Amino acid sequence: MTDAPLIEIEGVEKYYGDYHALRGITAGIGAGEFFSLLGPSGCGKTTLLRAIAGFEDISAGRILIAGRNMDGVPPNRRPTNLVFQSYAIFPHLSVAENVGFGLRRAEMSTADKRRAVGEALEMVGLGQYGGRAAHALSGGQRQRVALARALILKPKVLLLDEPLSALDKKMREQMQVELRRLQRQVGITFVLVTHDQEEALIMSDRIAVMFEGEIAQLDAPEALYRRPASRKVGEFIGMMNFLPAQVGVSGVTQGGIAVEVAGLGPTVLQSAQCPGAARPGAAEVGVRPESLTVLFDEGTPAAHRATGRVDEITYYGDMTYYEITLEGAPKSVQVSARNMPGRRLLDRGETVALAWDPSSLVLFC
Amino acid sequence: MTARPLFIFAGLYLLVLYAPIVLLPLFAFNDGTVIAFPLQGFTLDWFAALLDTPALHDATLNSLIIAVSTAVFATTLGLFAARAATRYRFPLKGGIVGFIMLPLVLPEVIVAISLLVVLMQIGIDPGLWTIILGHTLISTPFAIAILQGSFSNMDNSLEEAAIDLGETRWGTFRLITLPLVTPGIVASLLICFTISLDEFIIAFFLSGNAPTLPVYLWGQLRFPARLPVVMALGTILVALSVILLMIAETYRRRGLRRAGLKDTGGFL
Amino acid sequence: MGDRRPVNALSKALRSDAGRGLTLVSPALIYALLLLAAPLAVIVLFSFWTQNFLTIERVFTLDNYRTALTDPLYATLMQRSISIAGMVTAVTVILAFPVAYYISFYVRPERKSLWLFLITIPFWTSYLIRVFLWRVILAFDGPVNGTLMGFGVIDQPLPWLLYNATAVVITLAHAFAPFAILPIFVALEKIDRALLEASRDLGESPAMTFLRVTLPLAMPGVLAAVLIVFIPTVGDYVTPRLVGGSGGTMIANMIYAQIFDLNDRPMGATLAVLAMTIVALTLIWAISRVRLWLWLGGRISGRARLLVLAAPVAEIALIGWVIGQGPAIFGLIPALLALAGAVLVSSAAILFSVPRGRFAV
Repeated sequence: MTDAPLIEIEGVEKYYGDYHALRGITAGIGAGEFFSLLGPSGCGKTTLLRAIAGFEDISAGRILIAGRNMDGVPPNRRPTNLVFQSYAIFPHLSVAENVGFGLRRAEMSTADKRRAVGEALEMVGLGQYGGRAAHALSGGQRQRVALARALILKPKVLLLDEPLSALDKKMREQMQVELRRLQRQVGITFVLVTHDQEEALIMSDRIAVMFEGEIAQLDAPEALYRRPASRKVGEFIGMMNFLPAQVGVSGVTQGGIAVEVAGLGPTVLQSAQCPGAARPGAAEVGVRPESLTVLFDEGTPAAHRATGRVDEITYYGDMTYYEITLEGAPKSVQVSARNMPGRRLLDRGETVALAWDPSSLVLFC
Repeated sequence: MTARPLFIFAGLYLLVLYAPIVLLPLFAFNDGTVIAFPLQGFTLDWFAALLDTPALHDATLNSLIIAVSTAVFATTLGLFAARAATRYRFPLKGGIVGFIMLPLVLPEVIVAISLLVVLMQIGIDPGLWTIILGHTLISTPFAIAILQGSFSNMDNSLEEAAIDLGETRWGTFRLITLPLVTPGIVASLLICFTISLDEFIIAFFLSGNAPTLPVYLWGQLRFPARLPVVMALGTILVALSVILLMIAETYRRRGLRRAGLKDTGGFL
Repeated sequence: MGDRRPVNALSKALRSDAGRGLTLVSPALIYALLLLAAPLAVIVLFSFWTQNFLTIERVFTLDNYRTALTDPLYATLMQRSISIAGMVTAVTVILAFPVAYYISFYVRPERKSLWLFLITIPFWTSYLIRVFLWRVILAFDGPVNGTLMGFGVIDQPLPWLLYNATAVVITLAHAFAPFAILPIFVALEKIDRALLEASRDLGESPAMTFLRVTLPLAMPGVLAAVLIVFIPTVGDYVTPRLVGGSGGTMIANMIYAQIFDLNDRPMGATLAVLAMTIVALTLIWAISRVRLWLWLGGRISGRARLLVLAAPVAEIALIGWVIGQGPAIFGLIPALLALAGAVLVSSAAILFSVPRGRFAV
């Protein structure tokens, strides 16, 4: 029991009438972990979060928190607290009353409660705002109040339902860092629901990518990015190019998988680079834009080279994305290049040499 | 179309809308037994005459009892129904809610005679209770409309947040739902009270020998000599309605402010 | 454990969304069923019985309907009720539209609720008193005649101001004015202002923008206003009684007279059922035709458009002919049943086949 995860989700199913919202979800979330549920809208991530919080009955399976089965336990008796997407700040109460709301039933002296509220507000950087009317707050401030209100109860798990989606870009980036800091500080397990892959990558220890009620992949951010378990995951997280490939008939040997990739040529991949089983025949190879390196100096030595023509240029300031059609490839790929001092931009129609590394490829059969 | 002619039209419209009501106080304070211009001078006699009309006092008491009961019953029914309509999905919802709202458009004569025929057939004598039953029926749709506004202004996740923070269902209702809906409840009580106070047809059909104020007033219309007194009584009724309405409107706006929302329109 | 299962299933069903919703709505629903649906059903039942002095003859018969439909007195009253209500509806809606338009488009947002409040206040004051005031205003010795004589416009009071159908129309139109403004205002508020700018941007004049964008989008509100004004006015009792005289009597007065004065409850019930049926048929007919015109109007142009616009006139003439001549040729009940059936079927066909578009009621 010692190493059992804090939250154990076992074979959870959820039906809304005929609609199958959750299809056998199984996952473990460790104590003190920052865990994200990532997926497009309608994938079931919010349903799963609300099932953990106790707002949705599950049709089958079970959810355990700290070893205790949560079936039939109402939300107010669960060791979880939820930060709502709309923040759900009580408009008729002051900021302090909002934050202290959950302490009403706690056996504490009024002075202790007041101190706890003060500390919670301090923690989210709203020390001076206790007396304010809640409906006069800005979006970012509401978000902080919602956090303080949930954290003051010292839950085992803090659930966050798209908490940053209502904020503007700058504010969102600031809060991403702050949430991460807060989580390390309090050491509470955070479970975050988001549709923003960048946000998930930045904040999480581990991410469960969900599609259509199922977990497609559960991994640490880096593993998720470098070794997506399916083409769909690769597409959803970051940008990924897909090139047609042919797995050789003699194909899968101990030494690796012999593959002929359109535009890149023949190569040998490690079996770890192929999620699922590799089999001879038509396949696809995924490659990230930054794994193809533009050789601005043709003379640079490179073990693996390719040539292509620049079709389109998208300038981002620090980066430039080139749309390049590789020789022998049916469609173009995106290639990113960091804009460094003294480095020129390529021209449209220019022919360029690219370097690549077999270890950065992922094979989807 | 441009603003100016439209503004003039709208202004004239309001003027015509209010013209008859303005006549009420004019003749109520007019020292003449005939309701006609020119005015004869100021008097309070007609209001004084109201004070020593015992039948009027009985009618007032009847009206108050009926209006208070109607307000309470209709608002209670409306509270549950509005909550159901805004918060839950259930089979045949549109049909059920539409049916409950039907008295809003049905001619009152139809409602009144159908109730009357049934009551007479069952053998229940018309009286205060039967009027309360009828008034509750026609006021409930108004209560629902007002309370639906209050409930739909309230974010569902507020209640979930309270439960999530450890409150019970009852605690959530008391600490979150009720404070946020209270202005709507007050507005609904006042509006239903006003509707019942002013309602004539159902009271006329179902009153038996317990007349309400409008029914009493109707009886007085036959006597030309009583017209100035009728005007005085009408002035009081209209003034009362307007005051109650203003209070209701104030509460409705307070409710909106409490919910942190912008005002978008009136009742209904 | 086995014993508790059904209880659990029941409590689970009650805790579900549908269960909670139905539980909460049930008090109001049961109340409306007992005090509205049941009495209406009883009225329908009564209409097939007859009054025999003090007792009710509980034998199914169509006698009441035959009498109600053949006696020219009832037919006149019914016709007058419909046409008065029709005129009142037309007057209120046409006068209300510019006001609603002004409030929605030209009044500053923070002043809108004040305007609406001012318009609704008269509606909440005693209906009886408002109607009675019109009797005072239009009276022989009332302010209108008094003022006109004072200015020397007339020598004698105008006797035709009061106690006729015109007085009823004026009074009802005044009483129901706020009813018409609110739904039209709501519909106008829902119009995305960018649509109007888009129309101007695409080259339409303000007038054409109004005709092609604003008016069609406001149609649901106009139809709602028509419903809300037409139905209660058909069955109005107070106004015809106070200002209508004998020429302005309407069907509700006759229903009242049947029940209270003539003590013939089944006949009163029959007239009530007939009134409701006719109102329902009229409205279904009107709604389906309006939807059809709007739909066709957007699809055809030129001569054909005129033809389509003329079609309802022809239809009204046909209906009038069937009501006038039909009974003599086909027999009373068959002719009217056939007419009702034709209206129902054609309207249902239109309502189900023509896309609702944005013209939902």
